[in-house]
Amino acid sequence: MAELTAALSQSVPPGATAGARFYERDYHPEHPTMLGFWLYLMSDTLVFACLFACYGVLGHSYAGGPAGADVFDLPILAINTTLLLLSSITYGFAVLQIQQNRRDGTLFWLAITGLLGAGFVGIELYEFAQLISEGNGPQRSAFLSSFFALVSTHGLHVSFGIVWLVTLMVQVAQRGLIEANKRRLLCLSMFWHFLDLVWIGVFTFVYLMGVLP
Amino acid sequence: MNPDLPTLLFGRLTWEAIPLHEPILIGTFIGVVLGALAVLAALTYFRAWGALWREWITSIDHKKIGVMYVVLGIVMLLRGFADAIMMRGQQAISFGSAMGYLTPHHYDQIFTAHGVIMILFVAMPLVTGLMNFVVPLQIGARDVAFPFLNNFSFWMTTFGAGLMMLSLFVGEFARTGWLAYPPLSELAYSPDVGVDYYIWALQVAGVGTVLSGVNLIATIVKLRAPGMTLMRMPVFTWTALCTNVLIVVAFPVLTASLALLALDRYVGTHFFTNDAGGNAMMYINLIWIWGHPEVYILVLPVFGVFSEVVSTFCGKRLFGYASMVYATVVITILSYLVWLHHFFTMGSGASVNSFFGITTMVISIPTGAKVFNWLFTMYRGRIRFEVPMLWTLGFMVTFVIGGMTGVLLAVPPADFVLHNSLFLVAHFHNVIIGGVVFGAMAGITFWFPKVFGYKLDPFWGKCSFWFWLIGFYFAFVPLYVLGLMGVTRRLSHFEDASLQIWFQIAAFGAFLILLGIASFLIQLVVSFQRRESLKDVTGDPWNGRTLEWSTASPPPLYNYAFTPRVHADDAWHDMKHHGYVRPLDGFVAIHMPKNTGAGFVLALISTVCAFALIWHMWPLAVASFIALVGAAIFHTFDYERDYYVPAEEVARVEGERTRLLAAHG
Amino acid sequence: MSGPGTSLAHTDDAGSDGPGHDSGAFHATLKGYLTGLLLAAVLTVIPFWLVMGKVLSSSGATITIILTLAVAQIVVHVIYFLHMNTKSERGWSFLALIFTLVLVVIALAGSLWVMYHLNENMKPVSAQQMRNMP
Repeated sequence: MAELTAALSQSVPPGATAGARFYERDYHPEHPTMLGFWLYLMSDTLVFACLFACYGVLGHSYAGGPAGADVFDLPILAINTTLLLLSSITYGFAVLQIQQNRRDGTLFWLAITGLLGAGFVGIELYEFAQLISEGNGPQRSAFLSSFFALVSTHGLHVSFGIVWLVTLMVQVAQRGLIEANKRRLLCLSMFWHFLDLVWIGVFTFVYLMGVLP
Repeated sequence: MNPDLPTLLFGRLTWEAIPLHEPILIGTFIGVVLGALAVLAALTYFRAWGALWREWITSIDHKKIGVMYVVLGIVMLLRGFADAIMMRGQQAISFGSAMGYLTPHHYDQIFTAHGVIMILFVAMPLVTGLMNFVVPLQIGARDVAFPFLNNFSFWMTTFGAGLMMLSLFVGEFARTGWLAYPPLSELAYSPDVGVDYYIWALQVAGVGTVLSGVNLIATIVKLRAPGMTLMRMPVFTWTALCTNVLIVVAFPVLTASLALLALDRYVGTHFFTNDAGGNAMMYINLIWIWGHPEVYILVLPVFGVFSEVVSTFCGKRLFGYASMVYATVVITILSYLVWLHHFFTMGSGASVNSFFGITTMVISIPTGAKVFNWLFTMYRGRIRFEVPMLWTLGFMVTFVIGGMTGVLLAVPPADFVLHNSLFLVAHFHNVIIGGVVFGAMAGITFWFPKVFGYKLDPFWGKCSFWFWLIGFYFAFVPLYVLGLMGVTRRLSHFEDASLQIWFQIAAFGAFLILLGIASFLIQLVVSFQRRESLKDVTGDPWNGRTLEWSTASPPPLYNYAFTPRVHADDAWHDMKHHGYVRPLDGFVAIHMPKNTGAGFVLALISTVCAFALIWHMWPLAVASFIALVGAAIFHTFDYERDYYVPAEEVARVEGERTRLLAAHG
Repeated sequence: MSGPGTSLAHTDDAGSDGPGHDSGAFHATLKGYLTGLLLAAVLTVIPFWLVMGKVLSSSGATITIILTLAVAQIVVHVIYFLHMNTKSERGWSFLALIFTLVLVVIALAGSLWVMYHLNENMKPVSAQQMRNMP
């Protein structure tokens, strides 16, 4: 105990080797933000996995109602998929602008991305409205419940992404491409591409497989 | 159809929601109100409102947040235990023509609330609190990776608990059991607010938990002191890492499952309904994909606690560090492969049942390896029977028994007889009390001096331990007997009077545990009164081995004036034995995050939204949701979130510690 | 909640050469994005064509192909758009992804397997069938 107290209170100049071996005067750990956001995306992956699992299990429970082939509109799906894929590319162009510290270029490509995303959501809402007006809403059967849940969860994520994108555009316009804004833009980039990735699963597993006999 | 204005504004909330006809609830309400008034009066009298807001509510300091989590856990323990006492009381007397004092309607809410509270609002906050306080200190960091998010997570958990507590006095709680299986939890069979309270309380708390999981993983991965490689991390940090990995990958499943149940109840979808293609079994499948990792989330941190306690109080390096790490990682992965053992009887057949029966038995092996490692650490050590060590020894015996009954249940044909019997109830209480509760008590007692600067009174600690240990066996061994005789769980009345003696013994056990909890509370008060004589001057009252013991007790705001540099595992032990000398000057300014009220506000708005959804107050729900998004966006416009602690301030704080050490050396 | 929380690392504006300047930093290039776009487009068009054009007679074969192409496109996205490689964040990103994917497979395959068996065994039966059960 006495030795401990002594070790803790002995006066030794800060450069002394015995003590300095055990501490670092000015340590700066790496930014955890990107990893943290990636981990959040991993948790989101599991939410979608559950929804896909539900669709897998309940996707053939038509309850005497329509099946996928009856309600899925593949041409509209093609348009939607194209919009989302293009929006991923335009966000990529925004990132290229960020790397060159070009604020206006960044804002331009972000705006295009947002519009493409809004187009995607708009078309999806139109699709849902069609289905519901025909009486094929989520209450019709377990198949339709799981279809609506999976696709709307994705659409809600895209919508939140658009809100986030607009917020960031305001913040970049106000403060420019400071480090904090760059980090945020890169997190949104991960989010946006992640949603495009989930969409691959959706259009393959739900729509394309759904119309096959 | 135009709803009138009150219905539009208040949904289905009416004055009937207040249970004026239930004397027990009214009595409880009066007690709670009186207690709350006393607290508010004390706060006003001591002019503590400002300090409460500035120092605690808005604090992003992991140490303060850790304390608040543990306080939440202890407060909710009292509520959850009150539920337990009520159940034991009812089951001890309700035989034949005697109906007891609780209606089935009330009893069903009690066992549901008891389960939800104990698992999600006692055990989770206790382990989260310990991890929050200890991990950054153990890795030589100054705070967690995302301090604001930490504060937000805490308030989400607390408000989730608050919603649950509110269900006592406004409306009712669910009567479905703690996992709310459909079809009982569907609208057709539970049309009232109970299941909605359940869903939204868990969703609010669940968001907090997932974010806290992300936070701690990022902390451990990115903020370790230089030289602290993964295999030099303390075992508690390893278990914290694996626990938070499980949180991040398991809790989203709970979120999704409850969201789907909510969709069934609010929108009329057919995920788990009996009609239109719904499949209730899918809910049970999904909820247990969460539920099994959840119990490992509860137990892994306490395994870490025991590793720290055993090595400290045996004065020896932990035996088999590497195998401990591998065992923890293996448990983490395997915990995702056993979930079906919770519903062997649902009918998936022999091939599926055998697969999961085997994986369940396999997962007991790494746990067994850990127990052997602790035993080998104790062998030839110089064991000090301080209170944390007593809890650890109690754990080792009790948890092993519970684990063995678990392996018994893992055999599907045996489970067919014992599923949903009192044997099952005894098993999980055996492992949760023997594991999580004893571990939490060990951890609290072990780290208390670090948190508050004085030890807990050992006499009352021993009282608490012995009452808990003996009480546990009196309370739950009868349940094993009853379960083997075929008695079903969750019953509030029995016809067979020959069973009564067992329930009476169990009630006696519950009474002993009550004394154990009372001893703990007395211990807190007595220790505070005797704090000068129990003072921890050096910061290392137990001769610890890990970095947190190198700081003052309590640690300064910034934890470490200089970030430690690590050269071996058991870093502090290594430092003490290789000539570490504490630096006394040359301090630099330290970059720290600012306190903020945003987390509290966002959590509060979320809770208002949840309450509105529960009571179908649609305009309020929409408005509060928009407010939530707006407030969150508003918060992101705040870029001035940190500041520098001036070097002079650091010097002053460190100087105080130097003086303290000199005065008592 | 948009935007990351405060981190305690020193915010070093000077000398940073763009986003992700710590371990495993990526540098996006136009070429990378266009390659990704081309690959993704091809991997999207083929499944659409197969299904809309009813090209193959076997549903099973179609399903196998489009699922494989979906997985391939996911990999393309991860590499070309998310710029993930085994070095990102000192390998932690990759580890987290693999771990998550393993668990997703377990949850998906496990659920499908378990629910298939449950559904098979738990079908409603008539009283007559119940009497004849072993």
